[in-house]
Amino acid sequence: MQTIKKIFAKISLPHIIIVVFFLSMLAAAAPLGLSVRSLIGDTLRRWAMYGILVLAMVPAIQSGIGPNFGISLGIVGGLLGATVSIEMGLTNPWVAIIVAMLIGATIASVLGILYGLLLNKVKGSEMTVSTYVGFSVIAFMNIMWLSLPFSSGTLIWPLAGMGMRNNISIIDSFGHVFNNLFSFCLLGDKTTGIFVPTGLILVFLAACLAMWLFLRSKTGIAMSAAGENPQFTRAAGISGNKMRIIGTAISTSLGAVGIIVYAQSYGFLQLYNAPLMMGFHSVAAILIGGASTKKATIANVIIGAFLFQGMLAVALPVVNKVLPESNLPDVIRIIISNGIILFALSKSKGG
Amino acid sequence: MPKFRELVGNNKVALLFGLLCIGAIYTAQNPLTFVAAELFTRIGRNGFMVLALLIPVLAGMGLNFGIVIGAIAAQIAVFWTVYWGFTGSEGFLLCLLLSTPIAIFFGWLVGRVFNKMKGAEMIAGLVLGYFADGLYQLFFLYVIGGLIPVHNDRLIISGGIGVKNTIDLAGNLKYSLDNVPMLQIMKIALAVLFLVTLLKAILGVMKKKPPGPRCWIGLGAAPIIYALTYIPALQTFLSSDRLLLLHAVLAALGAVIAWQLWRILYNKILRPKEYSLVRPLVWIGLAAVGFFLTNIRPLEAILLSVRIPVTTYLCIIGLCFFNAALLKTRLGQNMRTVGQSQTVANAAGINVDRTRIIAMIISTLLACWGQLIYLQNIGTFSTYGAHTQVGQYAIAALLVGGASVKKATNKEAVIGVILFHTLFIVAPQAGKELFNNAQLGEYFRVFVAYGVIAVSLAMHAWKRAVSPGPKRIKT
Repeated sequence: MQTIKKIFAKISLPHIIIVVFFLSMLAAAAPLGLSVRSLIGDTLRRWAMYGILVLAMVPAIQSGIGPNFGISLGIVGGLLGATVSIEMGLTNPWVAIIVAMLIGATIASVLGILYGLLLNKVKGSEMTVSTYVGFSVIAFMNIMWLSLPFSSGTLIWPLAGMGMRNNISIIDSFGHVFNNLFSFCLLGDKTTGIFVPTGLILVFLAACLAMWLFLRSKTGIAMSAAGENPQFTRAAGISGNKMRIIGTAISTSLGAVGIIVYAQSYGFLQLYNAPLMMGFHSVAAILIGGASTKKATIANVIIGAFLFQGMLAVALPVVNKVLPESNLPDVIRIIISNGIILFALSKSKGG
Repeated sequence: MPKFRELVGNNKVALLFGLLCIGAIYTAQNPLTFVAAELFTRIGRNGFMVLALLIPVLAGMGLNFGIVIGAIAAQIAVFWTVYWGFTGSEGFLLCLLLSTPIAIFFGWLVGRVFNKMKGAEMIAGLVLGYFADGLYQLFFLYVIGGLIPVHNDRLIISGGIGVKNTIDLAGNLKYSLDNVPMLQIMKIALAVLFLVTLLKAILGVMKKKPPGPRCWIGLGAAPIIYALTYIPALQTFLSSDRLLLLHAVLAALGAVIAWQLWRILYNKILRPKEYSLVRPLVWIGLAAVGFFLTNIRPLEAILLSVRIPVTTYLCIIGLCFFNAALLKTRLGQNMRTVGQSQTVANAAGINVDRTRIIAMIISTLLACWGQLIYLQNIGTFSTYGAHTQVGQYAIAALLVGGASVKKATNKEAVIGVILFHTLFIVAPQAGKELFNNAQLGEYFRVFVAYGVIAVSLAMHAWKRAVSPGPKRIKT
């Protein structure tokens, strides 16, 4: 009885709105003549595809820096890793993606440590600072994408164009490697059934499990404790600043891995301004999952990513059926994601 | 030279960007007359918006990313004005009338939200801006035409629902403020002066107080000046709406000299007291030097090539005076106290929440007017894009001028607008000259806009983390 009461106390109005919206969209799909199976397949794919980027919020929130709007730092690290891996011309997709992740995570963890050092200096205003650090890093990388000396034909504009392409196809390198691993179709064949990207889901769940284990390790517990109560942990001999740096670095490298997993499922690497607002989406997703700016769990990640991405995956075709060629789902996403962030901010102190 | 070092130290950001601008102008090799003409257009276009940021800084709410919401209020009014077919200054007045209550209401809402998130106003403002943008898109894409019947092929997407991407303002609102002639402004100002003095005199008489000499001067001067405007030479000069920069500079130099001479006259002869002549004489000397500078060929060429819209510039100057005057009022002092310490303000009996809401209302309203000025000058209204970058660029400009989260003045705002927009004008060309790629210059200026905000926010947070607690703020 107590636990049920607790759960109900946690559910707030925005969450109810989102769940109701999601369910009503799903209910509207079948009468409109849409394939519910393909919608469910889309939801599954987008859930696992964005999942790791949402998971990246957990170490940041737990270590006390709050929702990491500066995840763009990790994202550009991952994009750099992926582009270097393509430039190397690795033909085996598995080698290519692992090289991309390793390079990406390395760059991201170095950036993450520096970023953590900065965030230690600006305690109390992490969110504002990290948002603008994220924006500036994307703007800086725009200059870099134009001028880095890459030469592979898939990366750069053809015919004496300057710099790298906006969308880089990765079908020839590591596109869909996870998606197609052990994939199968439920309740029907390839065109009518639910496509289950088993490999992708496994990778996402494995990352969640790894994070779950980490949070229960000695370092993980120390990190969460430092995030929750810095004074107390200082008395216990734990360096809060060090824990915050660890949390930031892990969050940033997860961002790098996350964008690569995202790209392999999408089939394209998106450079330039494409990742500008991804930080906001990830923050919104974990907040929808029930996290606050002070506390986040793996369950929040799984639920949040599912609701946020599922809502988009279902709303897009449903709305398009009613109002063709509209970008209403996009508008709804802007309203919902920023609304939930505002709601979470109003429940916490400091910016 | 401790004073010189202090001067450099206090203005290091502005100096750094000044050097960057000079370097960029030098590399870009744009003709200076072009840069100057563009720059003065952009000051007129954006100056008001940047100055709208000052009051929330004073009230301790940091940089107001929520001015986007003020811009949205303006755009709602512009849409309906264009739809109803009002043009020219009539249309602009209608825009003002329509947008003002909307902006006040929005400002009140934003203030309410910020009061729930004290200490997180900046991130809240940023997210609130995005949130409002979503609602704005919902309104313009689906409600207009969908729920509110609107029939206009020029404004509405061919399906009948939703507003088109761009609305052309040429022929209705373009230059509706810029083109107001000086004569008209003068007439209005004189009429107001006359009526106010008359009213005061009547009230004075009713309280059995005979009107003083000031009153008589006011009542006499207004018709005389009005009569003067009928001198043909003066009339042709005043009936234009653009002022040659050369004339503006000469007028400003003349005003400096006249003001200083008046101060000398006042302090030495009319009310003799201890008064050092060094300062006024230095000012007069500087003005004289300035006068000679206007005769140098390249400078003269610039001064002769730029024509500034007088009315718009008067609005900007007026806002500078308003910002300065507000500080002297009780409300301004309350805001400053709230900005320094809410606890102290509360103990002193100031209603903290109310003061903060008033600050937000003023800032949102000014931002709304600023967006009206921007739109009438630029002449095309990009329905879904005009407001999105407003906060970003206005804040970056303010910071480039050397302002911070805690302190921002008129001077910093004006310097910031000049430096930031110079960089904006020459960056693409400089990128082309240096790297053979104009896109690079474009990305560079975006990077500057984001980077300067990031650095400034980080520096501020850093300082605050080192020395917590209320600090004395130099004014």
